[in-house]
Amino acid sequence: MTVTTTVTYESALQRYEPVFGLETHVELGTRTKMFCGCITTFGAEPNTQTCPVCLGLPGSLPVANRVAIEYTIKIGLALNCSIASWCRFARKNYFYPDMPKNFQISQYDEPLCTDGYLDVLVGGKTVRVGIERVHLEEDTGKSLHVGGATGRIQGAEYSLVDYNRAGIPLVEIVTKPVPGTGYLAPEVAKAYVTELRDVLRTLGVSDVRMEEGSLRCDVNTSLSVRGSGAWGTRTETKNVNSLRSVERAVRSEIERQAGVLDAGGRVIQETRHFHEDSGVTTSGRSKEEAQDYRYFPEPDLVPVAPSSDWVEALRVSLPELPSARRARLVESWSLSELEFEALRNAGALEVVEQTVACGASPADARKWWLGELARRANDSGLEVSELPITPAQVARVAALVESGALNDRLARQVIDGVLEGEGTPDEVVAARGLAVVSDDSALLAAIDDAIAANPDVADKVRTGKTAAAGVLVGAVMKATGGKAAAARVKDLILERLS
Amino acid sequence: MDELITMTAAELSAAMAAGEVSAAEVTAAHLDRIAAVDDRVRAFLHVAGDGALAQARDIDRRRAAGEPLGPLAGVPVAVKDLFATVGMPTTCGSRILEGWHPPYESTITTRLRDAGAVLIGKTNMDEFAMGSSTENSGFWTSHNPWDLAKVPGGSSGGSAAAVAACEAPLALGTDTGGSIRQPAAVCGIVGTKPTYGGSSRYGVVAFASSLDTPGPFGRTVLDAALLHEAMSGHDPMDSTSIDAPVPSVVEAARHGDVAGMRVGVVTEFSGDGYQPGVMARFTEAVELLESLGAKVTEISCPHFTYALPAYYLIAPSEVSSNLARFDGMRYGLRAGAGSAEEVMAVTRAAGFGAEVKRRIMLGTYALSSGYYDAYYGKAQQVRTLIIRDFEAAFGQVDVLVSPVTPTTAFPIGERADDPMAMYLADLCTIPTDLAGNAAISVPCGLADEDGLPAGLQVMAPPLADDRLYRVAAAVEAALVDRWGHPLLAEAKGLV
Amino acid sequence: MSITRDEVAHLARLSRLALRDEELDHLAPQLDQIISAVAQVQEVAAEGIPPTTHATGLANVYRDDEPAPCLTPEQALSGAPAVELQRFKVPRILVEE
Repeated sequence: MTVTTTVTYESALQRYEPVFGLETHVELGTRTKMFCGCITTFGAEPNTQTCPVCLGLPGSLPVANRVAIEYTIKIGLALNCSIASWCRFARKNYFYPDMPKNFQISQYDEPLCTDGYLDVLVGGKTVRVGIERVHLEEDTGKSLHVGGATGRIQGAEYSLVDYNRAGIPLVEIVTKPVPGTGYLAPEVAKAYVTELRDVLRTLGVSDVRMEEGSLRCDVNTSLSVRGSGAWGTRTETKNVNSLRSVERAVRSEIERQAGVLDAGGRVIQETRHFHEDSGVTTSGRSKEEAQDYRYFPEPDLVPVAPSSDWVEALRVSLPELPSARRARLVESWSLSELEFEALRNAGALEVVEQTVACGASPADARKWWLGELARRANDSGLEVSELPITPAQVARVAALVESGALNDRLARQVIDGVLEGEGTPDEVVAARGLAVVSDDSALLAAIDDAIAANPDVADKVRTGKTAAAGVLVGAVMKATGGKAAAARVKDLILERLS
Repeated sequence: MDELITMTAAELSAAMAAGEVSAAEVTAAHLDRIAAVDDRVRAFLHVAGDGALAQARDIDRRRAAGEPLGPLAGVPVAVKDLFATVGMPTTCGSRILEGWHPPYESTITTRLRDAGAVLIGKTNMDEFAMGSSTENSGFWTSHNPWDLAKVPGGSSGGSAAAVAACEAPLALGTDTGGSIRQPAAVCGIVGTKPTYGGSSRYGVVAFASSLDTPGPFGRTVLDAALLHEAMSGHDPMDSTSIDAPVPSVVEAARHGDVAGMRVGVVTEFSGDGYQPGVMARFTEAVELLESLGAKVTEISCPHFTYALPAYYLIAPSEVSSNLARFDGMRYGLRAGAGSAEEVMAVTRAAGFGAEVKRRIMLGTYALSSGYYDAYYGKAQQVRTLIIRDFEAAFGQVDVLVSPVTPTTAFPIGERADDPMAMYLADLCTIPTDLAGNAAISVPCGLADEDGLPAGLQVMAPPLADDRLYRVAAAVEAALVDRWGHPLLAEAKGLV
Repeated sequence: MSITRDEVAHLARLSRLALRDEELDHLAPQLDQIISAVAQVQEVAAEGIPPTTHATGLANVYRDDEPAPCLTPEQALSGAPAVELQRFKVPRILVEE
């Protein structure tokens, strides 16, 4: 039982320098599995998407999916890696019921891609995260653990295994250790995963949904005593299932390890489990006695030797990557790095860009997507891009406001209508009668009513206290159900009372 | 004996094509033979019975309907129990798979069914192809038809015995360290190890993945060639399968000729440990080749002496991983109680025999961190040196020759619990497996000491399988001419 | 001696083989003998010799990303010792991976 002292994050950072690393597993969005032709659709009935190969039946043999290789090379290129001219698959041997062959086909000392980097933006500054390797492997089946209290392995009486996901292509991306981020370590870790997710999404190689498990992170954390120059002992944290958890897991480990070290203890090299509810990690499997996986080159598969022509063709086919797009948009939209980060963090880059392409100004597009629409998305638990409103429709709303046909308040109601499925912006305007009242005579009637109802305010305005007109404007807005153009109302009032 | 069971596959095929006999009659005759002798030979783990007759009647029906049929149509073929077959169990000679019915079929047996062959049953073998006598079978030992007290060789001993006992004219086997050639030699029949990758491993339960090669048995060189050709060829389901035309082995088997061929006798395959009667028949075979016009020289392949230890590191390493899947979770035997880990360990201990356990542990050792470089890694380097020895040799000669195995069939029980003695049976055959080359065993006479068969091994470079048949056919023709009858006619073990 | 009985017992555990004591008594010396014999490969001078893992020299063998028929669940589960909810029922797993 390790004795620890409770430590605040700030004080931990005074004495220790955090170093973190991330291992990310990405499920590739290929149509079929890594080594067989079984389809990969998510959510099927158990054991309906298997064959002798992914079930590991005696006599079965793997054949590599060409598209999975291509996707992996593209990921390596996007991460500025060197692509191996010759490499092999390897067997990672261990016994576990969710692995039908009791070995996993993976890569060991010959990964397909090595030695790259990904630049991430945090607090307006660029941090370069080194990429150690990118390699390809097959996923395991999934188990339900029955009989225990929590549905986890501990205390279960037996397990039920489904091999539908066994053999799904998995890319493992391992960073080099990232030192020198100081108190920003948790944010940098989160920014790395966010940026990586954007890169993968842009490449179209995976739907990268952390909540569905197509993007999984293990976080490694260690502390080095400030000024000592010596690396600390590393722990690995699993079950990190969201971007927020990445940040919290790093922060929590920094605090915990600082507490152990402050109390004179030793950090144990182990695997820890992150808990969403409490935000802390608990001890899992000890890594002191490291597993010997007895890796050897996979004899059933022949070497992967991508020609330079093939790699070059893939490089040329890469879409504009997030970093290039960022530079382009920051420039053409005149954004600060922080403003750009806000857009990226809200997952709104695509939609804003498309809205601008439909004719809206960058400022208007950002305003709507980061404001009203981000709020609505958050309330529904959706990404902004998943809302039932298109960039073209948002551009139309912005255009209507620009022309004076709508004011902000009415525009929000139009947006509501579109989100409710009532039709296009113009249809909603017509159906709900949301047009700005621009007919002066209608306004004048309301204005006269307001003046009559507020004689003392009217007097003030007559004497030159134009600010007081605001009350009258408010009354008119109320009377017209918000459909008046406030500026015009004010002008008319002042005219009336001059 | 019923004439139908002594006819060759080629003769049966011609007779059926000419309408002289039906496929049903051919199959029935062989099923009767099995019923008559297999209580003593014990070659079969499973006999297809009605299933085989149904296959045969279907061929007769198709022939009557005027469908064009290939040379194997209606010919019975015995299948080593390592091949996954639908409708017949697949045990790999192991209790851990007793009663397992795979939900899929191997590429090779599918191709044979499509060619109209009648898969007459599954034959006994050393467990998971590990052994040289079938004594490692989890079920029983098979007996050599020449002398029932002797082993039929292994691991494809059941297939060899079935063909030698006329229970089937053709049989499928696999060769990883000699498991087709050695049983063929000690049973007095023909057996070939094709070029690695020349025949599909899909559906063939893996022993040593980088060495396993499915291949044919027949009583004659032509018969072996017919099966060789029908079973070979590229398979997209096997990544290690060669995408090249099948060497024209049948053509070569019909035109045996060694005139002008350069033949190399491997120096390293002689000396102590080689039975004099075996060496005598081998020497005579070499003299015969010379008399037929071959130019014979001696060739030294110095690294061949290290082939046996290299093999007994590479093969166990691969098999320790290949056999990990047998754990009682998804198919086969499940034994023991408690946790998954406990059930796995008890199941494997109960289901696997001693030789399998030895090789699994040996492989686990050789691949362990800290030992990998000195054992597995070193063995793979030795493998490279053996390949280079072959390349140098084939730069000077067209084929290499040697005895197939140092002795004739040894008595059942003699080496059963002496693994090192058992491994010596593979001395001459292993180098070819490590290199991925092709080799054939053709009967070259009976040893004087015991009147048991010896085989001549002919080795060729990769993809030169046809060369083997050209040489073997020439030798066979000349010897049968000299003897006045095929060698098997002298087998007295069975009526 | 190349390998002790204890080391053989360890190998058995790693390989998930629950050997009885008599088996261990019988197999351990045999394994020792075999390991001594195969260690012969170390006599071979192999500086700079590349290892051969694949004899055919093939490389870049792939298949297209095209679906192929799956087994039915009945076929997939056909050999299973125990089935529940169309899944393979396995005993409780002790150590999480």
